[in-house]
Amino acid sequence: MNKTVNQKAWFFVLPVLLLVAFNAIIPLMTVVNYSVQETFGANTFFWAGVRWFGEVLQSERFHASLGRQLFFTFTILIIEIPLGVAVALAMPRKGPWVSVCLVSMALPLLIPWNVVGAIWNIFALPDIGLLGRMLNGIGIDYNFTRQPEDAWFTVILMDVWHWTSLVVLLAYAGLVSIPDAYYQAAKIDGAKAWAIFRYIQLPKMKRVLTIAILLRFMDSFNIYTEPFVLTGGGPGNATTLLSIDLVKIALGQFDLGPAAAMSLIYFLIILLFSWIFYTVMTRNEEQ
Amino acid sequence: MAKITLDNIRHSYLARPEVEEDWALKQLDVVWADGGAYALLGPSGCGKTTLLNIISGLLKPSEGRVLFDDRDVTELPPDQRQIAQVFQFPVIYDTMTVYDNLAFPLRNRGIGETEVDARVRQIAAMLELSERLNTRASGLTADGKQKISLGRGLVRSDVNVIMFDEPLTVIDPHLKWVLRSKLKELHQELRRTMIYVTHDQTEALTFADQVVVMNLGEVVQIGTPVDLFERPQHTFVGHFIGSPGMNLLPCEMDGGKPVFAGRTIPAANADAVKANGGSLEIGVRPEFVSFAEDGIPVQIVKVSDAGRFRIVDTSADGQSIKLLIGEGQGVPSGGACLRFDPDRTRVYRDGWMVT
Amino acid sequence: MQRIKWMVPTVYIAFLMLPIYWLLNMSFKTTNEILGTFSLWPLEFTVQNYVTIFTDPTWYMGYVNSLIYVTINTVISVAAALPAAYAFSRYKFVGDKHLFFWLLTNRMAPAAVFALPFFQLYSAIGLFDTYIAVALAHTLFNIPLAVWILEGFMSGVPKELDETAYVDGYPFWRFFIKIFLPTIAAGIGVAAFFCFMFSWVELLLAKTLTAVEAKPIAATMTRTASTSGYELGLLAAAGSLTIVPGAFVIYFVRNYIAKGFALGRV
Repeated sequence: MNKTVNQKAWFFVLPVLLLVAFNAIIPLMTVVNYSVQETFGANTFFWAGVRWFGEVLQSERFHASLGRQLFFTFTILIIEIPLGVAVALAMPRKGPWVSVCLVSMALPLLIPWNVVGAIWNIFALPDIGLLGRMLNGIGIDYNFTRQPEDAWFTVILMDVWHWTSLVVLLAYAGLVSIPDAYYQAAKIDGAKAWAIFRYIQLPKMKRVLTIAILLRFMDSFNIYTEPFVLTGGGPGNATTLLSIDLVKIALGQFDLGPAAAMSLIYFLIILLFSWIFYTVMTRNEEQ
Repeated sequence: MAKITLDNIRHSYLARPEVEEDWALKQLDVVWADGGAYALLGPSGCGKTTLLNIISGLLKPSEGRVLFDDRDVTELPPDQRQIAQVFQFPVIYDTMTVYDNLAFPLRNRGIGETEVDARVRQIAAMLELSERLNTRASGLTADGKQKISLGRGLVRSDVNVIMFDEPLTVIDPHLKWVLRSKLKELHQELRRTMIYVTHDQTEALTFADQVVVMNLGEVVQIGTPVDLFERPQHTFVGHFIGSPGMNLLPCEMDGGKPVFAGRTIPAANADAVKANGGSLEIGVRPEFVSFAEDGIPVQIVKVSDAGRFRIVDTSADGQSIKLLIGEGQGVPSGGACLRFDPDRTRVYRDGWMVT
Repeated sequence: MQRIKWMVPTVYIAFLMLPIYWLLNMSFKTTNEILGTFSLWPLEFTVQNYVTIFTDPTWYMGYVNSLIYVTINTVISVAAALPAAYAFSRYKFVGDKHLFFWLLTNRMAPAAVFALPFFQLYSAIGLFDTYIAVALAHTLFNIPLAVWILEGFMSGVPKELDETAYVDGYPFWRFFIKIFLPTIAAGIGVAAFFCFMFSWVELLLAKTLTAVEAKPIAATMTRTASTSGYELGLLAAAGSLTIVPGAFVIYFVRNYIAKGFALGRV
């Protein structure tokens, strides 16, 4: 669409700008402020330069939680994106079942995040949970509060349960927007199911899948409440993801300087990944 | 390559059609000769696209059979009918190059790469796409994309019929003509059966050897463009084709002659009309009406200039009669008399020409 | 192939429903039964957990509090996003692209990073433990989302609509409210739905910014788990009730959800 140049449009944007700036810039300045100071006791601050940044970047603790975070994010992306696409492909396109599918699939998205954690806690506990009982019943020694692998399995399964539907909804939206003529042309051209997926459905879903991957990437990097309620980051530090570690440092130990520096590094990592991904996806489109 | 026969086709989108209006296609028996250039012409919603989808196999008719030569293909899916179709909006595979788009139907049928390459290059040359073979298909303009969709039908040597579903809808006006003449040229070169669906009479009449005119789910006339113009079988044809359409005047039979406004009008098929009954109308195209010394008295209502000719609106006995006159010709002011060419004037009963 | 296709969504939905079924199952059990026996349905069926929630103000006020700040947030977010989205969809202005991207980056901000500064900020301006504090804080990620969704819908409305209205002599605001907003009603519905959803499910900020007066239901639940022992039945009942508002909202907007995403642009 041709847009007209109109500088007065800034007035339209002003309320949004003020609200978001109030919420984003002032707290961000606070964080920046902390990140360059050292505190001794109550309200005494000293200039600390970039010392905290250096410390955080070199600390093994940060490397470990960043490593766990990356492992978590990439695992759930590898599971949720293909699974979401597969479910969307198999969903009916019209009829009464569409509503049934959409409503029941969207349900996990609307449950408060700590309730999600609580649901999975009581679902997976080896003594009272259905999942824990079933797994132990078929001879698997499963206890997510003691065994790190089990904790990981549960955290990832929970995220798949919680968020795959978002990918399904997006992919489904992309699929239903493909005009029938494309399928008819493909039929006439003798294309098999795989070719239809590869050359029609996948290209048409590219835009919504970009959104899906971006949203899932950002949100999984920010994840805090669900795994915190489920495992508390444990056993030990096994499932301590970035946000959990950050809150532990900031509120648990009250090490504001390092916590603030870590926050900023963390934020920059998300920005960087998102920007790279966004640029790569959109550049492909222009070619 | 095959002759296509539609045998007693009826179709309804409803599970249990009850009244006549429930049928999208009422009753069709059409034979499309091998190698012909056909146009399927009719207003929106007349059942053209339904008919097209029945031939291509995207739709199974409620009743009747589809025959390719003498083989019954009614139950066959589109990919087994060896047909090609160009849709209203260009359908291309965005992520592929022009070359891969054209090669796609051949590769899907397991044809060897050397033959694929030869066919693709030959067809690309015909469509003037050779230069762009290696560019992404999504970068082309609408007419380029439509050429690709057409090309995907042309590359296959086994195609029985190529169908076009209003293919010029999204093409710029000045390119429509170019693409249409290209199509005509390709037809003369390849002699493939082509069926061209449109609601635009100019497109239909310039493209086709035979035009099938449809209205309200039935075929009203099949004929050459000249037939449709000079011998409309149905008032709908007279009205829909030609600009302005045919004049239609209510009449009565008196002594074997049609009478309008108290005057006897000679008509080509007057002898066939035995008696009154049904609703009788006289039909004559504005091209075949002229001013005369003696004839039907009319009042001139309006004269509008249409370039190389002028359209004169007249009124007689409350009925509007239009006629065309040449540029230089003068228009009498106020009242005048009109003469209808007797060979081109016909009587219609309930819409159909009386025979 | 076609015959087993329906299995995929069916199995997937079954997987989604299993934990929810377990939650409901527990909510109708007594704590003793939960801890003492393992059964697939309640042996001593009880609604006592739900009765407790509906009679104890510290419980049910949690729902009221949550619904109040979620509603305020939805109204603020959509109201502020409407003119902004209109500007982005219709006009070019200095810094428009950067502003749009900057707004989206706030969607990426980890709530954990902002928790402490938010606490200080809202304490400093005296809004701590009020509905408005949570509602305002949630605009941080809801406004960008609302702008993004609405911009997508508005770009789908031809500009000729605006121009026709001006030619007909409509002043801008009357055109915007009387003609434009009804045209994109579906988009507003979708945007409101997502604002509602993200405000309803977020807890970290909501919990940080409240103590007693505006405490959300989800936070009340954490208290039960930690302080008053292990009242699992009560916890399960409270959890089950948090699903209800979401289920309601989603039922009403089911036809628009998918569309809302498809029209938003990257």
